[in-house]
Amino acid sequence: MTEGLPNALPITVRNVTKTYGSVHALNDVSLDVKSGEFLTLLGPSGSGKTTLLMVLAGFTRPDNGSLKFGEDEVIRKPPHLRDVGMVFQNYALFPHMTVAGNVGYPLRLRKVGKAEIAERVERALETVQLGGYGTRRISQLSGGQKQRVAVARAIVFEPRILLMDEPLSALDKKLRDQMQIELRSLHETLGMTTVYVTHDQREALTMSDRIAVVNHGKIMQLATPQQLYDVPANRFVADFIGDSTFLPVTRQGDQILYAGTPLNHAGKVAAAGKLVLMVRPERVRLGANNPSEVANTFNATVTNVVYQGDSYLMYTRLPDGSQLSLRGGIRGDIVADLPAVGDAVTLSLDAADTVLIEDEDV
Amino acid sequence: MSDLSLTIPRGNSEGLRRDGALERLKLFGLSSPALLMVLVILVIPVGWLFYVSFIGANGQFSLENYERMMKRKSYYRIFVTTFQVSLLTTGLCILIGYPLAYFMSQLPKRLANLALITVLVPFWTSLLVRTYAWLVLLQKQGLVNQWAMSLGLWDEPIKMVHNMTGTLIGMVHIMLPFLILPVYNAMKAIDHDYLKAASNLGASPRRAFWTVFFPLSLPGLLAGSLMVFVLCLGFFVTPAVLGGGKVIMVSMKIVSNIELFVNWGAASALGVVLLMLTTAILWLASRFVTLGKMTGGGH
Repeated sequence: MTEGLPNALPITVRNVTKTYGSVHALNDVSLDVKSGEFLTLLGPSGSGKTTLLMVLAGFTRPDNGSLKFGEDEVIRKPPHLRDVGMVFQNYALFPHMTVAGNVGYPLRLRKVGKAEIAERVERALETVQLGGYGTRRISQLSGGQKQRVAVARAIVFEPRILLMDEPLSALDKKLRDQMQIELRSLHETLGMTTVYVTHDQREALTMSDRIAVVNHGKIMQLATPQQLYDVPANRFVADFIGDSTFLPVTRQGDQILYAGTPLNHAGKVAAAGKLVLMVRPERVRLGANNPSEVANTFNATVTNVVYQGDSYLMYTRLPDGSQLSLRGGIRGDIVADLPAVGDAVTLSLDAADTVLIEDEDV
Repeated sequence: MSDLSLTIPRGNSEGLRRDGALERLKLFGLSSPALLMVLVILVIPVGWLFYVSFIGANGQFSLENYERMMKRKSYYRIFVTTFQVSLLTTGLCILIGYPLAYFMSQLPKRLANLALITVLVPFWTSLLVRTYAWLVLLQKQGLVNQWAMSLGLWDEPIKMVHNMTGTLIGMVHIMLPFLILPVYNAMKAIDHDYLKAASNLGASPRRAFWTVFFPLSLPGLLAGSLMVFVLCLGFFVTPAVLGGGKVIMVSMKIVSNIELFVNWGAASALGVVLLMLTTAILWLASRFVTLGKMTGGGH
């Protein structure tokens, strides 16, 4: 991994389709993963994200399409010739080999000399903070350690592409949070192009350079975490990532109205098509006193207040019957001062946080 | 019970302990018929076997039954034949059974169940029926010879029974399920992701098989082979019928000792030696294999 050597390859996916019977697991998917990028495929189960990863690894044969690693067309290449590292969901560590046996396996296949194998295995283990664990048996490892060994085995042969299939899903929350940061910094050290699959939106937001939201075998949106959260392309993405409530809006010429009142909004809006107002609960303010000059205000009735430790969540009902929720941080005595159920409140939303998105059924 | 109020701070520890003891007693009660059966049909007869083997022709304590075994060449030959037949049967079962189990393990579930049933059906058929069926098939005027000659495969009837060939054909057929079941179970337990991982790391399908699949199926193969080998050591019906007196195994000598020579001492000594050998083999094997796997059970 000397500097200057190309240790990452771009991935080009074109028109990949895979059907199982009448179900489109992948529906004409095209995707560009930049060299050295950390890209996450995010979607609910059955969305096709894992199928796409399996196509990249060569375990699933698509019906049609093209797949390039750099300049090489690899769509018909068998998996053992693709030279990509992969971390499996259940780690798939060989139980009949030691830790060093597992990590050295890809090097033995590549006919690397014994001394060099020992050295590179130890180096890979040190990279995942398991130096000196080589002689352990797989059954002696904890879940987190197995995870690290699986990563070490996937990177030891210095592949230029690394695939990860929900690698943290079996770990408890604390360890998962820690491993997210570790995997991310590992990616920054090694620099290989990484495609990561998860159904956990927070994990995707934490780790990724870009996220491709997948549903029904299609990519719904490909964007940076911030773009995805702040300006989702459609209702599915808005709903899947973060909490959000949706309010119906109507068009009147260039203006967008909610309950007859024009909305102040900042972003661009599609010229035609049905729209919906997306509201993130943590962007809503309690009270009309808004420091921002351009805002929208709503009168509402409190229907429920839930204390959640780090924040509170207030559910309100608007005059037209729509629900709007508000999340606020907890400082000092704020909980005691919160409005009670049944109280009338005024809520405000900055123009910048007033996001109008397409309300298509997808 | 009058001091119950005094023990209240300690909760119901006394009563709970009694409940536990009662439960263990009931559990023991449930297993007592089985324990009794083991005592009656295993411990007592084997003990008697030991006793009889040390009684000479004159009714006194003597080692003559064992001395005879050491001195006579015929006994040595019988033991050699027994091991030869057992080893060959085991080897042939591995050659036929392992690929078959592999094939079955790769089938989709419904077909795999069907295949499993076809393996098991002969297993449920009477041993004697199957053995005599082979006699009918393999004899000089049997189906196999007739068909082969009418197809022009060979001109003269080939002798396939009343010799080693017939014995092996029959024994392999009967022993095959004992090998296939544990091997199949071991193979089914191998996670497909192991092979995917091997392939992802650069192993060709052949390399992945030999470096990952085969080692992981090995405990099942060892258990199955051991099962077949041990069962073969004491086998009687098939070699007796298909061997035609030319393949003499230990069990057959035991029978002839009793039926022909009415020499219970000699028969018992043979039985004791066979038992010792089997135990020794199982003990040796238990250091490499979990014996529970022989029955196709869990890990």
